[in-house]
Amino acid sequence: MARSGRRLDPFWRDLRFLQIAGQAVFVLLAAIVAAWLISNLNDALQARGLDLSFTFLRRTAGFAITEGPGMARNEPYWRAYVVGLINSLSVIGLGLILTTIVGLLAGVAMLTNNWLLRNAARAYVEFIRNTPLLVQLFFIYFGVVLAMPSLQDRIEVGPISLSQRGVYFPRPVSQAGATVWLLLTLLAIALSAWILMRRIRRRRVTGEETRPWLWAAIPVIAIPVLGWLLLPEPPITWEAPVLEGLRMVGGLRMTPEYFALLLGLVFYTGAFIADVVRGGILAVSHGQREAARSLGLSEGLVLWLVVLPQAMRVIIPPLINQYLNLAKNSSLAIGIGYLDLYAVSQIIFNQSGQAVQVIALLMATYLLLSLTISVVMNYANRRLAIPGR
Amino acid sequence: MLRKMSLVILAALGLGLILAACQPAEPVVVTQEVRVIETQEVQVNVPVTIAMESERLAAVEARGNLICGVNSTVPGFGFIDANGQNVGFDVDFCRALAAAVFGDPAMVEFRPLTAAERFTALQTNEVDVLIRNTTWTMSRDVELGADFGPTTFYDGQGMMVRKADGFTSLNDMGGATICVLAGTTTELNLADAFNVRGLDYEALVLDTSDATAAAYDEGRCDGLTSDKSQLAGLRTGLATPADHVILPETMSKEPLGPVWAHGDQQWGDVVTWVVNAIIIAEEKGITSANVDQMAASDPQDPEVRRLLGLEGEFGAKLGLENDFVVDVIRAVGNYGEIYDRHLGPAGTNIPREGSLNALWSQGGMIYAQPWR
Repeated sequence: MARSGRRLDPFWRDLRFLQIAGQAVFVLLAAIVAAWLISNLNDALQARGLDLSFTFLRRTAGFAITEGPGMARNEPYWRAYVVGLINSLSVIGLGLILTTIVGLLAGVAMLTNNWLLRNAARAYVEFIRNTPLLVQLFFIYFGVVLAMPSLQDRIEVGPISLSQRGVYFPRPVSQAGATVWLLLTLLAIALSAWILMRRIRRRRVTGEETRPWLWAAIPVIAIPVLGWLLLPEPPITWEAPVLEGLRMVGGLRMTPEYFALLLGLVFYTGAFIADVVRGGILAVSHGQREAARSLGLSEGLVLWLVVLPQAMRVIIPPLINQYLNLAKNSSLAIGIGYLDLYAVSQIIFNQSGQAVQVIALLMATYLLLSLTISVVMNYANRRLAIPGR
Repeated sequence: MLRKMSLVILAALGLGLILAACQPAEPVVVTQEVRVIETQEVQVNVPVTIAMESERLAAVEARGNLICGVNSTVPGFGFIDANGQNVGFDVDFCRALAAAVFGDPAMVEFRPLTAAERFTALQTNEVDVLIRNTTWTMSRDVELGADFGPTTFYDGQGMMVRKADGFTSLNDMGGATICVLAGTTTELNLADAFNVRGLDYEALVLDTSDATAAAYDEGRCDGLTSDKSQLAGLRTGLATPADHVILPETMSKEPLGPVWAHGDQQWGDVVTWVVNAIIIAEEKGITSANVDQMAASDPQDPEVRRLLGLEGEFGAKLGLENDFVVDVIRAVGNYGEIYDRHLGPAGTNIPREGSLNALWSQGGMIYAQPWR
């Protein structure tokens, strides 16, 4: 009777067999599909006498780029690719910082008791989140940025000038005393940081109000200002952009395309982050907030010292997704003429005809970029996690 | 493909047998004459098929329609009209090809492509033929796996500017911002033209003609560059067309015509001779109005007889109906009719007389090889 509990099922009823067989079939199918795709590609390429080497990247591009670092027409394709990459990184980098600020502010605003602020934030999030980014980009670029006055009728706000050709800022130019002054400023920053930490520690130990931020502010402001005044000539001068013929010469410039893309990405991603932040704050147990209030902390301090640090643990994982979205969405730049990595790649594969290689390179680059953002954010996530949980 | 492979293998085997046969017989004596036999790899090109019909033509016929890559944003050449129909000079050549294959110009599916997408679409067999104001250049011909048919329109790159800016030549445009379409020869010619003049410029590169025109119209660019024929079309879409002029300089040669994927000569022949038929029809005065009557009235001119399938087997040699030209001309008319319909005064108004696009007999370059 020892075998009475065990039924002798045929092997195709055996769960272990089914699991292994299922996986084997899946792998086989995936391999067949992959092989079919690759052979298809190979046949098509062979039939047309195309090859898959990357040597074309060394050939002269023949087109010029003025966006970002730029390049001349006689430089090679790989250089255009690098310029595109730098342009992408520039808009993604600045975009991540700004969108975090916008998202954080809007997320907190959605939970305030101020009716106007709360509903304005709500309206912003709902409107932006529920319309496609490409449509928003077109609207911002063609409807807002290009509707600004022409270069001749530009708006000047102090040293900054605004027109449909872009935003121009004065450019800092270092003079004779610049090195000395910069060193002094660095020193002042170090001094301030030291004072800040000392005073915070004393407050924590003794409980007396030491006003750390106020004291720390004194050297960081006073030393650079004094240095500037005492040096025989200003260490840094500002080069203002001037209109020369058809364009502005000198100064720093943000092109309308960059501006429109940055604006679009920041506000679009910001809307998603706002909801993530709101959810994160709501996830912090109400008792925490009440306990903090009963200790006599002000509303601002309750948020800053008690609620946000705990909310961050809930916020960061979905925040990584939003950061990745911003990075990938930056490839919509092509619609509004910003020469980012994708737009430049499209020009390269079109002018060289080497679509397969360029797309492969492009996918690898975006993958690397996304993985880098992921790794950095996951590290932050681990650091913020409650130890032991 | 498979047949080709097996033939090559057979040929290689045959070659191997011949080489093996050359080896000396087994030696009997000790002193042996050593003959070194060098093995060489020989590539044998075996003609696979001399069939009348091309693979592509067979595929098109089996599918029941022709897939034609076109432009949908350039008035005059390829555009979508108020009724949602594809119209234009290039579009009519697609219809002509459909008429040649099926006898019906409606049996064509239009695939709107951007300048940047078009060669990939061709390389991946997404389209049977690309008729989308595409310039014939050496690198495209040699590197992109594209084959070019007869030039249907001789164009040249120009620059449109605002009258108010007072430019009279490219030489006045140092430091200007120019709107240009991504992935075109235009983009490269622009770089060349400014380089040769020692001027610098800033290019605003957008990915559709519409977007370049919109950005130019908004004032983002000082100039809009494209083929002159396209500029004429794009100007009609600007807010105030009369405020803009096209500078007299021509920056480049832009021969435009149909393109197909490299490797199917027979299909190339079909496309080539449909275009030639349309040109010869104009030379011979055959129009969409009189073609049926002409075919029925037993014309005397031998070339007309051959063209309309009354003599010889010219259509059949291409794998088409012998009188396919009658269907083509009935559907879209001759070259002059197509030109007038889209580029004449009723369309984007590009003067034909005295231009390169007049017939060769009238001092132009529109010329077809003889139909015999």
